[in-house]
Amino acid sequence: MSSLNLTIWLLLLVFCFFAFPACRSHSVSSEIVVAGSTSIQPFADEWAELFMSKNNKVNINVQGGGSSAGIMAVKEGSANIGMSSRELKEDERDLKEIIIAYDGLAIIVHPANPVNSLAIDQVQSIFAGEITSWKMLNGLDQNITVVVREEGSGTRGAFQEMVMGPRRISKKAIVEDSNGVVREIVSRDENSIGFISLGLVNDQVKPVALDGVKPTEEAIVHNNYRLRRPFLFLSRQEPQGLAKEFIDFVLSAEIQSRLPQEGLIPAQKITGDRRF
Amino acid sequence: MARHKSGGDRLIRLSLLLVALSAISVLAIITIFIFEQGLPIMAKYGLKNFLLGQDWFPSEQSFGLLPMIVGSLLVTLGALVIGVPLGLASAIFLTEFSNRRLSGFLKPVIELLAGIPSVVYGFLGLMFLVPFIRKNFGGPGLSVLAASIILGIMILPTIISIAIDAIRAVPDSYREGSIALGATRWQTVRMVVLPAARSGLVAGIILGMGRAIGETMAVIMVAGNAADLPGSLLAPVRTLTSNIALEMAYASGEHRQALFATGVILFVIIMILNFLANLAARKQFRK
Repeated sequence: MSSLNLTIWLLLLVFCFFAFPACRSHSVSSEIVVAGSTSIQPFADEWAELFMSKNNKVNINVQGGGSSAGIMAVKEGSANIGMSSRELKEDERDLKEIIIAYDGLAIIVHPANPVNSLAIDQVQSIFAGEITSWKMLNGLDQNITVVVREEGSGTRGAFQEMVMGPRRISKKAIVEDSNGVVREIVSRDENSIGFISLGLVNDQVKPVALDGVKPTEEAIVHNNYRLRRPFLFLSRQEPQGLAKEFIDFVLSAEIQSRLPQEGLIPAQKITGDRRF
Repeated sequence: MARHKSGGDRLIRLSLLLVALSAISVLAIITIFIFEQGLPIMAKYGLKNFLLGQDWFPSEQSFGLLPMIVGSLLVTLGALVIGVPLGLASAIFLTEFSNRRLSGFLKPVIELLAGIPSVVYGFLGLMFLVPFIRKNFGGPGLSVLAASIILGIMILPTIISIAIDAIRAVPDSYREGSIALGATRWQTVRMVVLPAARSGLVAGIILGMGRAIGETMAVIMVAGNAADLPGSLLAPVRTLTSNIALEMAYASGEHRQALFATGVILFVIIMILNFLANLAARKQFRK
């Protein structure tokens, strides 16, 4: 008798387990897909979470895949909003773009390193493996330890595009899989150099000036510091309905005012021509 | 009554068979999945380019895995060079030369080493071993040497505990006979006990090797992961497992398939190594 009871309860439980999500998804009135850059994805996840907690009955589905995949997805219509952490190329300009934030890229060295400033092409030569000693840069007579991110990472992609151009990053470079580990290694090795998101620079490492310009928020806002990338939301037409509501939410003071704590620069801070 | 019992037996046998099959089928599913995902891209770009190519630039459709294959073999060899002498020496000491109280204390401590998560080994390596190598030997510290030392320590408990069991399984009459013939204790160990325990010792070394070649987390943390053939023991190195784990997160399309191809190659290498080691063990044993 009791085992029959137990069976009924179990069946009920299983039924609820399957039925509940089904009921929920029926009650959602609308859904949008946001897809693209893995650099923006963690932020977008957070924003979507907040947005959904304020508006029930909507569902915002955030997916990664990378900037190029996001641009393709929004062109083809499989995503309502595309996310890109790089500038659009000429043939992609037919999309509507909304800048939601800016991110800077810092070239970091150990605080004890006497080198304070580098030219962009010097940085390029260091990461290509041509300049191998700090002595060639008026530093100590030590070999340079180059630390980079792994293939596929958005930060590496941005660095490749903004600094390296068509040149390859040296095979001899040490490869780590997060901004945090790159920073950790640079903070411990006096001869190392690496690149990380500007928001993650702390006092354990020293960001070098590029062509004499230090990577401060102000220099980025005025576009004096070259390594800056926009975080873009893209759509095929003028956004409407839920997509528009979500974009407006991300651009609202509530979200934008939190960005500096997370290492990003709010979109409104930078006006006028943002291209370089 | 007897009939009822045999029926119960059959039921248990059947269910145990099912459980055993499910374990094996998981292995089969993993194998099929890896090969299904990895083989097409290997066919597309040619096996030779994967095995002998030296350039790993997935964004440029360049998928040379030679640096990683060499890296995995080099680091595993390094781990064995460090782990095997230490492990066997510890096992010999604990079974043949120490008293019961000491070995009763030391053996559980050594087994505790096996329970430490690999990320902790990696972290300790990064904090202490890597700076030590950088200061005393030069280079970035993140190196073949660091990875070999960390892995050598990680395989110690496997080698030691299996070696201890193998040595203990040698009947005491062998030792007594040897000592009766006038051999010293060390001579007994070297000429009688170790040859008798050989197959067990080799089994321990094979298991240790398996752990070394498959270890990922600790190696990623201390090896530096440069996808280049290491020029020296102090140069950074990337293993096959690290290659997969490092780049899995953002990989898509052919890059992702190339990581599965990495898995295929790792799979085949482990099979070959196990086969060779088993062969060696059997041959030695027959002698």
